[in-house]
Amino acid sequence: MTVVLVLAYAFLGGGALLALARLALGPSLLDRVVASDVLLVIVAAGLAVHAALERDPTLVPVLVVVSLLAFVGSVSVARYIGGMLLRSSEGEPESRP
Amino acid sequence: MSAVADVVAIACLLAGCLLCLTAGLGLLRFPDVLTRMHAGTKPQVLGVLLVMTGAAIRLHGWSATWMLLLVAVFQMLTAPVSAHMISRVAYRRRHVRRDLMVVDELGMAPPVAGAATGDEPADFVDEPGSERGSRDHSS
Repeated sequence: MTVVLVLAYAFLGGGALLALARLALGPSLLDRVVASDVLLVIVAAGLAVHAALERDPTLVPVLVVVSLLAFVGSVSVARYIGGMLLRSSEGEPESRP
Repeated sequence: MSAVADVVAIACLLAGCLLCLTAGLGLLRFPDVLTRMHAGTKPQVLGVLLVMTGAAIRLHGWSATWMLLLVAVFQMLTAPVSAHMISRVAYRRRHVRRDLMVVDELGMAPPVAGAATGDEPADFVDEPGSERGSRDHSS
């Protein structure tokens, strides 16, 4: 059981660290949106793994809140950038990949 | 019986965690927004489903099971919506590597002034020759 716990948290931690690296490096705002979406999914998966391995259902309502938050956050930032597109006549120079 | 259920649950949890790791790897290594979204939606659907299945097997009690089912259904309903919005904005703002595309079906017809193309503010096209309306084939 300890091996499973270490392995699961190592996978989740590695994924979260790589997503954080993309969140820090990401050349555009949309890369950061995608990375933060993945990071919230990994947080939700970590909470579920903790609840499953400890047999502790206290954290399960938090999962609903985290998944709602991921959806609302990414959709609102995408709408915001879509509104910015109306005002800027051309793409910024940094937006070239 | 309980040991078999535990083994199945732990296999589901580990597979979900492995998908989270692959999402991180793909997010770091892939070249543009669309391919990064492709990597990032693996844990959003299959990973969350596997982890919720494992947790629902491990946890006793129906309230936890229903809540985990709610999370899984909600994730499957909302992942296409947010992915559609992000990819549409990414295409419009030219964060897409067009040299890596095989087919670009959105770039075939230029937008017509005055024609309704969508309900976003960015879908509005003023003039036929305006900068934001014209599709950039060369870049």
